Amino acid sequence: MSASAIPPLDRSARGNTDAGETVPGKLEAHLRSRRAQGRKLVVPYVTGGLGEDWLDVVRAVVAAGADAVEIGLPFSDPVMDGPTIQEASQRALEAGATPQGIVAALRSADVDVPIAVMTYYNIVARTGHRRMASELARCGVSAAILPDLPVDEAGPWAEAADEAGVETVMLAAPTTPDDRLEVICRRSRGFVYAVGLLGVTGERRELAASAVAIAARCKRATDLPVLVGVGVSNAVQAREICAVADGVVVGSALVRRLLEGAGPDGAGELVAELRAGVDEG
Amino acid sequence: MSVHDEVPATSMGRPGGDGRFGEYGGRFVPESLVPACVELADAFESAWSDPAFRARLDGLLGSYAGRPTPVTECLRLSRRLGVRVLLKREDLAHTGSHKINNVLGQALLAERMGKRRLVAETGAGQHGVASATAAALLGLECVVYMGAVDVQRQALNVFRMELLGAEVRTVRSGSRTLKDAVNDALRDWVASVETTHYCLGSVMGPHPYPYMVRQFQRVVGEEAREQCRVLLGGDDPDVVVACVGGGSNAAGTFAGFVDTRAELVGVEAAGGAALGNGLPGVVHGMRSLFLQDEAGQILEAHSISAGLDYPGIGPEHAHLAAIGRARYHAVGDSEVLDAFRLLAETEGIIPALEAAHAVAWLVRAAGSGELTPGTTVLLTMSGRGDKDVQQVKEMLG
Repeated sequence: MSASAIPPLDRSARGNTDAGETVPGKLEAHLRSRRAQGRKLVVPYVTGGLGEDWLDVVRAVVAAGADAVEIGLPFSDPVMDGPTIQEASQRALEAGATPQGIVAALRSADVDVPIAVMTYYNIVARTGHRRMASELARCGVSAAILPDLPVDEAGPWAEAADEAGVETVMLAAPTTPDDRLEVICRRSRGFVYAVGLLGVTGERRELAASAVAIAARCKRATDLPVLVGVGVSNAVQAREICAVADGVVVGSALVRRLLEGAGPDGAGELVAELRAGVDEG
Repeated sequence: MSVHDEVPATSMGRPGGDGRFGEYGGRFVPESLVPACVELADAFESAWSDPAFRARLDGLLGSYAGRPTPVTECLRLSRRLGVRVLLKREDLAHTGSHKINNVLGQALLAERMGKRRLVAETGAGQHGVASATAAALLGLECVVYMGAVDVQRQALNVFRMELLGAEVRTVRSGSRTLKDAVNDALRDWVASVETTHYCLGSVMGPHPYPYMVRQFQRVVGEEAREQCRVLLGGDDPDVVVACVGGGSNAAGTFAGFVDTRAELVGVEAAGGAALGNGLPGVVHGMRSLFLQDEAGQILEAHSISAGLDYPGIGPEHAHLAAIGRARYHAVGDSEVLDAFRLLAETEGIIPALEAAHAVAWLVRAAGSGELTPGTTVLLTMSGRGDKDVQQVKEMLG
C-alpha cells in the first residue's frame, strides 16, 4: 500500500517526530485530561475473541469506569504472558478469532473511551506496518502495545503508526537503565507502560517493590501518564501503586474471571472494585 | 550498542551492529530482557577475544568433550552411492552430539558473568543433556524446558538430564514441542534474568545468540576443513551438507567452509521446512523465516525428529539462502528412516534422526544424479542415534 493511500487523520498526527511540538493523540489527550481532574486511571485488558460476548465485556468494563480499554489480539506464542492470558489466547484462537476480525469488530464497540490493542509484533509484521496502522485507525483504535518490540527495533512500525495517527505505547521494565528509560519515554505515545515486575503477566499475592520503583522512575523521566501493569491484581494493589503511578493496567485478574465464566457482569464488577479502590486513595 | 566492523555478507563474520545478517536477526525481546542481551553481547565479545577464556574453553573441548572429533571416510557407503562421503563425527563428542561445544562455551560465559543458574530448552533432548552436563561440570543449577510430546518420545533423555542433576519442566502449552519449550524458557528468563543465563541451544533467538552460538560451533567446520585437506591432498570437498532445525551444527560447519569453493547444503525436515515453506516473521527474538498462517499465527512443525520439529530457522541461514551462498532442501520422514538404516548397515554408525536427514538428502541427490559420480561430500554427523533407537523400533515395528 502506498503512503498516499493512507487516509489523512487530523486529530493525532504526530507525524514528524523531528518536530519539537507534537499534538497529543487521542489516548494521551484523554488520559491527560482525566489525570488533570485528579482521577487515577484504570485500564482493563480484555482478550479479543474470548467468548462470543467479548464486545459486551468491553462495554461493561467501560460502563464500570474504565478510562481506556486494552484489547488483546491473540497470538500463538505469547512470551510475555503467563498461564491465564496464554489460555485465553489459545481459547480465542481455537474459537476462530483472528487479529483482523477482532480489529474490525472494534468498529462497532461504541464506547466513549479510547481503545488500545495489545499484541505481538509478528501479527503486525505479517500484516504490514502501513496496512496494520491504517486498519487500526480505520476501526477507531487509538493505540498499540507490542511487548516484544523494544524501542531499538520499533522505528519502522512506530513511524507508520505515527503517520496513521495510532499511538505506540512503549514499555519500561525494572531492568531498564536510566539512559534507556529516557529514550523509551521520548518514543512512547499515549502513556508509558511501566512493567511492575520481572516476569510475565499473571496475578500476584502482593504488589512487587519493583512496581513502585519503576513507576517512580518513569514519573521522574516523563510527563506522559505512567500506568503500571503486570502483577497488579486487585483493588488494594491498584490503590497502593497509584500513590506513585497515574494508573494501572489490569489483565490476568480480569481474564481469569472471564475464563471462569463471569461474563460481562463479572468483568464490570471487578472494574468497579478497581475504580472504587483507586478513587478512595 | 557496540560498533562492529562491517564484514562482507558471505564471510560469516560478525553480524551488523544491530545483530542483523542482511535483513534477518535483530533483538525482538520484551524490554525486561534487553539489558541482559546487551550484557551478554558485551560479555561474549570480551570473552571471545580473551586468550585465557579461549584457552579454558579449548582445554575443556579437548580433555572433556573429546575434540577434535574425527572425520571418517565411508568406503562402503561411497561405493553404494557413487560419491565420496566423509563424515564429521560430532556423534563421537561427549554427550553424543555437537551441542556440547556450545554449552561449554555458554556455561563458562555464565560463570564469567556471575550467573549460577542456567535455563535451557530442548527438543530431542540433546541440548538439554548437554546443558545439564555443563552445569554439572561447573557446579551450576540447571532447569530444562521440554515439550510434553518430546518428554514422551525422548523419555530416556529426560532421565539422563535428571541423573545429571537438572530439573526437567514439562511444557504443556501450544504444540508441546520445541517451539513451546523456547517460549517457556523465555518466560522463565524474563522473571529470573538477574541471576540466570538462558543457555539457548541453537543459532536462533535475539542477538547475540545466533552469532555467539555459531562462533561456539565453528570449531566443527574449522576442524573439518583441516581434516578434509589432509584426506583430500590439500583440496576442499565439493559439497558440505548438514541438517538444519534451528541450524547450529550447520552454521558451525558452514563457518569453516564458507570461504572455500564448497557448495553448502542445509537439510530440513519436510514438516518443519522454514526455508522451504516459511514466511518472514519475528518470533523468539529474531526476524527470520517461520511457518505461519496469513494472520501471523505460528504453525506447528511435524517431524519424526524432535530436534528438527521447529517452525523457524536461524536468521543467518535465512541470509545465506537469500544471498545464494547456501541452499536448503527438505526430506520426508520415510526417506529419513531409510537413511537411518542404510548408514547403520553400511558403516556401523547409527545416526541421530536429525543427522539422518542430511544422509537422506545425500542418498536422494546421489541417486538422482544431482551429485555427479565422484563428487566429494563432507556431511556433519551431528549426533548419535542411541536416543532414537526405541522410537525407530516402534516405527519400523
